[in-house]
Amino acid sequence: MKLHTIAINNLKRRKAKMAFLTIGLSVGIATIVTLVTLTRSMSGDIERKMDEFGANILITPLSNGLAMNYGGISLGGVTFDQREIRESDLARIKTIANHKNISAISPKVLGGVKVGSHDVLLVGVDFASELKMKQWWQIFGAAPKADNELLLGSDSAKVLNVGTGDRIRIKGEEFRVAGILGQTGSQDDALVFAALPKAQKLLGKEGKITLAEVAALCSGCPIGDMVTQIAEKIPDAKVSAIQQVVEGRLKALDQFKRFSYAMAAVVVFIGSLIVFVTMMGSVNERTTEIGVFRAIGFRKSHIMRIILFEAALVSLLAGFLGYGAGMGGAKLALPFMAEGKNTLLAWDGSVAIGAVVLAVALGLVASLYPALHAAKMDPTEALRAL
Amino acid sequence: MSLIEISNVTKQYNGGDEVVEALRGVDIAIEAGEFITIMGQSGSGKSTLLSILGGMNHPTSGEVAMAGVELYRLPGEKLADFRAQNLGFVFQSFHLIPYLTAIENVLLPLAIVKMKGADKNAAAKRALERVGLGNKADRLPNQLSGGEQERVAIARAIVNNPKILLADEPTGNLDSRTSDEVMALFRELNDAGQTVVMVTHNPENCRYSDRSINLRDGLVVGQN
Repeated sequence: MKLHTIAINNLKRRKAKMAFLTIGLSVGIATIVTLVTLTRSMSGDIERKMDEFGANILITPLSNGLAMNYGGISLGGVTFDQREIRESDLARIKTIANHKNISAISPKVLGGVKVGSHDVLLVGVDFASELKMKQWWQIFGAAPKADNELLLGSDSAKVLNVGTGDRIRIKGEEFRVAGILGQTGSQDDALVFAALPKAQKLLGKEGKITLAEVAALCSGCPIGDMVTQIAEKIPDAKVSAIQQVVEGRLKALDQFKRFSYAMAAVVVFIGSLIVFVTMMGSVNERTTEIGVFRAIGFRKSHIMRIILFEAALVSLLAGFLGYGAGMGGAKLALPFMAEGKNTLLAWDGSVAIGAVVLAVALGLVASLYPALHAAKMDPTEALRAL
Repeated sequence: MSLIEISNVTKQYNGGDEVVEALRGVDIAIEAGEFITIMGQSGSGKSTLLSILGGMNHPTSGEVAMAGVELYRLPGEKLADFRAQNLGFVFQSFHLIPYLTAIENVLLPLAIVKMKGADKNAAAKRALERVGLGNKADRLPNQLSGGEQERVAIARAIVNNPKILLADEPTGNLDSRTSDEVMALFRELNDAGQTVVMVTHNPENCRYSDRSINLRDGLVVGQN
């Protein structure tokens, strides 16, 4: 016989009351878990969407010359064969304070070349980062792997009348068409993509780039700050953000987050109240019992330990049940809350641990006063008979 | 020196504008191994006296010494420790814990004692056997008769070998035959050396005790 034996036996006897307490607390924990998981899942969804949007920061040379357009985005005033950024400067982007938020940097060199009788715009890219950034690209054939391989936009392929595997000559060098892009509806359809070093060589711009696209990912990315940080590192370049759409969604998510936290606070308060009222009721019901404990020599601390052990046990169970129910709720609610059908449920160990710890902490804090009240009971009054 | 020495103990309760004097200067000495019954009408102060003897009710004035210890000079929880080590209580309404079996109820005082689990169980079994309930150890209180519940309460009171066994109207809720059995059990325990102090209003019970102390209006009015 130990103190916890008394607590466990009491819980077994008061099954209905303890079930009510467990359910009450579980519902609170479940609500918090659902809200937190939904928020996290939706943040993850947005991060993935930002990936799909491609770049959200553009680095172009400072210029006051001719206008140039790239996908409807002004790249500043340069001509293809004028001022460029040094490729080596890009390494400095990785030294900014928010460098961890950078998912990909895609440098580009642009220049007009002649293929047969046609003028085309040759774009030198780093295929690895370009493909990471433009996940919507559909390639018929394969992405270029060697220096002498090209990727053609759908319109370019039609105009040049070439297919996958065909060979074309640019400035006297022979290239193999490794793949052709599916229609994108963007400027990419009319471009010819080559590996960056090869394009730089062909265009006589070794070590230089015309522009760089940067993909910064994360729901709370301070895009504005990152733009400033990059601009400080590369003072010769113009750095601009493409963030309107994503930022709009982030703002909505931020509001949802704040709403979630407010809800969580209300739920925590209600949960604490349920625990407090139930434990207080339980203590008052057990007045005689506590009087007996005190009469036979239990210290105040012994009484508190019994009450708090009961609370901890019930809260622990409520924590596990609440986490399970909360994740179930999040799984059910996620398809309605997130836009994409492929939004993944964010399973996170820290949420599970947090839920259990929160439940136990809540149970203990809310039971502290009832436990103190029980410990302070006057045994003579509690027993009345004496 | 007596095992229990009560010197000029008074107890006043504040009931609003009125002060109720439950005890008005009580002097009692009880020797080790005695069986004492405290008699008196309702309101005579006998239950107050028992609660003061039990270390649960601070007297307004006076001294209570038990086994050489000035009870109410003990700091804080030391008084609880004193109860755990030296006193056993038997209550009028048994006050068994309803969700614990007979043996678990008997084990209660040992829950706060550092002892091996096996030794605790052996002590509880011995106590139950002593009161003749060795075969009903696993019954819950509501599966026992009134007399049996009283016996479990007695077993709980003696499981820690207390110096003093305090009983408050232990036969108050029992029929006369069961009362006799319970009183005989107290006598048996006393014969084995247990000091017993019992509050009762039933004069029949006095024949089992060595000495009877009569209280009236908070004063000792006679001993026999």
